[in-house]
Amino acid sequence: MQETNKRKVVIELQDVKRNFIVGDETVHALRGVSFKIYEGEFVTIMGTSGSGKSTLLNQLGCLDTPTSGEYILDGTPVRAMRRRQRAVLRNRKIGFVFQNYNLLAKTTAVENVELPLMYNASVSAKERRERAIAALEMVGLGNRLYHKSNQMSGGQMQRVAIARALVNNPAVILADEATGNLDTRTSFEILVLFQKLHAEGRTIIFVTHNPEIAQYSSRNIVLRDGQIKEDKINTNILSAAEALAQIPVPQDD
Amino acid sequence: MNTINLFKIAFKAIAANKLRSFLTALGIIIGVASVIAMLAIGQGSKRSIRKQISEMGSNMIMIHPGADMRGGVRQDASDMQTLKIEDFEAIRDEAKFISGISPTVNSSGQFVCGNNNTPSTIYGINQDYLDIRQLQIEDGEMFTDQDIKSAAKVCILGKTVVDNLFPDGSDPIGKVVRFNSIPFRVIGVLKSKGYNSMGMDQDDLALAPYTTIMKRILAVTYLQGINCSAITEDATDKAIEDITGILRRNHKLKEASETTEADEDDFTIRSQEEMASMMNSTMNLLTILLGSVAGISLVVGGIGIMNIMYVSVTERTKEIGLRMSVGARGTDILSQFLIEAALLSVAGGVIGIGAGIGAAFLIKTLAAMPIYIQPWSIIMSFGVCTFIGIFFGWYPAKKAASMDPIEAIRYE
Repeated sequence: MQETNKRKVVIELQDVKRNFIVGDETVHALRGVSFKIYEGEFVTIMGTSGSGKSTLLNQLGCLDTPTSGEYILDGTPVRAMRRRQRAVLRNRKIGFVFQNYNLLAKTTAVENVELPLMYNASVSAKERRERAIAALEMVGLGNRLYHKSNQMSGGQMQRVAIARALVNNPAVILADEATGNLDTRTSFEILVLFQKLHAEGRTIIFVTHNPEIAQYSSRNIVLRDGQIKEDKINTNILSAAEALAQIPVPQDD
Repeated sequence: MNTINLFKIAFKAIAANKLRSFLTALGIIIGVASVIAMLAIGQGSKRSIRKQISEMGSNMIMIHPGADMRGGVRQDASDMQTLKIEDFEAIRDEAKFISGISPTVNSSGQFVCGNNNTPSTIYGINQDYLDIRQLQIEDGEMFTDQDIKSAAKVCILGKTVVDNLFPDGSDPIGKVVRFNSIPFRVIGVLKSKGYNSMGMDQDDLALAPYTTIMKRILAVTYLQGINCSAITEDATDKAIEDITGILRRNHKLKEASETTEADEDDFTIRSQEEMASMMNSTMNLLTILLGSVAGISLVVGGIGIMNIMYVSVTERTKEIGLRMSVGARGTDILSQFLIEAALLSVAGGVIGIGAGIGAAFLIKTLAAMPIYIQPWSIIMSFGVCTFIGIFFGWYPAKKAASMDPIEAIRYE
């Protein structure tokens, strides 16, 4: 912990609570969550359904604001921000990767990756295209630039989604069950990619209910009933690449 | 997001659903096409009627005996006996601003010549009548002052009368025709004016000296009317004022005094301008009627756009959620859908304008109706389409823009 304290804090949650009013009842989805995530960490956030995992993800992604407490993203306090300001913040600081990829239909890989930059007026069309191509090359799809989303496999689509999350050079990549829709082999391929990004110094938060994935991350936070049950640095990070090598290649591939 | 990007996105969305986009725009296409075609018909009829009125004569002023109302009973102008030859002479000699004047009396009856006969109307007039009514002698000559003085039994025939009485094509000049058993020598034939746009045959008439008609046919001493021409269109009002003064003086009508009201005019003066404006207002009403029926279909088209935009917004909830999560602001989403709706509508408008012009020409060819496409109706259609797109696109776009990204992205 001593070592990590010297690094830059990317995410800081201070006693974040989030209540929802459903009918006459108040549901406490988050009951005071506090933690710091430092630059370059690969954190898995785990929990069963109903543990507040999704609510926490929405908080971290600036899609929602806390009922009380404060969330500081890369030095910016989020709680008092307006909808519009949070949209800009998401555009500049966050890269989302979703379980079901969420690519635009009938749209090429490059155009999908360009999407976040479309909402940033300071990026020219030329720069946008260059950065999108660079991001696609980084995820190993340099040869699939102009394939449309319906012409790609699940693994490829998720790579496009990851490239889209990288293209704005975000402070943090937020992955929501990013391997949930993929078969084992492709899941590991994606995990290899995440580990590679981690090795390059990117900050990654991976929300999942799959405990296996925690072994490949540098830190694991477990949620239960809206509170942190466990927050552990993983000193023995497994290599996803090695695990992938042990999975037999399917015959029909 | 800049505007060019927004247009690109909107184009893509429209192109992605070509058939649906076309069907959506179809409402607007039909609406605009019918507005253009209906206005073209309305304007066309209006123009042709205006032309017809101006063909009737040059700056014509018509004087008829009798007020519009007398003692609460409206009377037939031809029964009134207040207009006399003296009135005609007074106006001819005194009125300024008029360039020609002719008394008019007419009688309907049967023309007979040999084995042929035809019903028509004979007009008793003087030489000025030709200019006032813009008639021309094609063959032969006009009668003379001497003919008027002697109430000569001479006549000039219109083309239709000639065709009916002389079906073999022989020259009518010099022949004798009978009108109500009175023989008339034909001295001239009028140049054909054809049918007017109301379908009236302008060649179905005969002209004779007014004295002949008054003495020999009608046996009256009064006139049925006086027609004259103002020197210019602008002088019409002054001429009417002049004539009114002369007639009131001649008819000894009292002007208003402290104790009594002025006597009512015992004559009616109408000008061509007045008739034109009367016709105009009728035709304007028709144009408005046609236009508003077409306008309703434009509104229906707009509702079609609104409907499809609603479906589109719901269908693309996930896309909206994604765009929001990567940083689209509410205004970005709002503009995206507004531009899409406006593009659909304007594209429909452009096609509709083409279809409308096509339809108008088709109507012209098939139904032989006069058309006139007014440039402003095209410009207006553009404006209205843009407005309709934005107006009917607003609510669905607003719905899209106010979506919660959390729910939108998870929408299945």
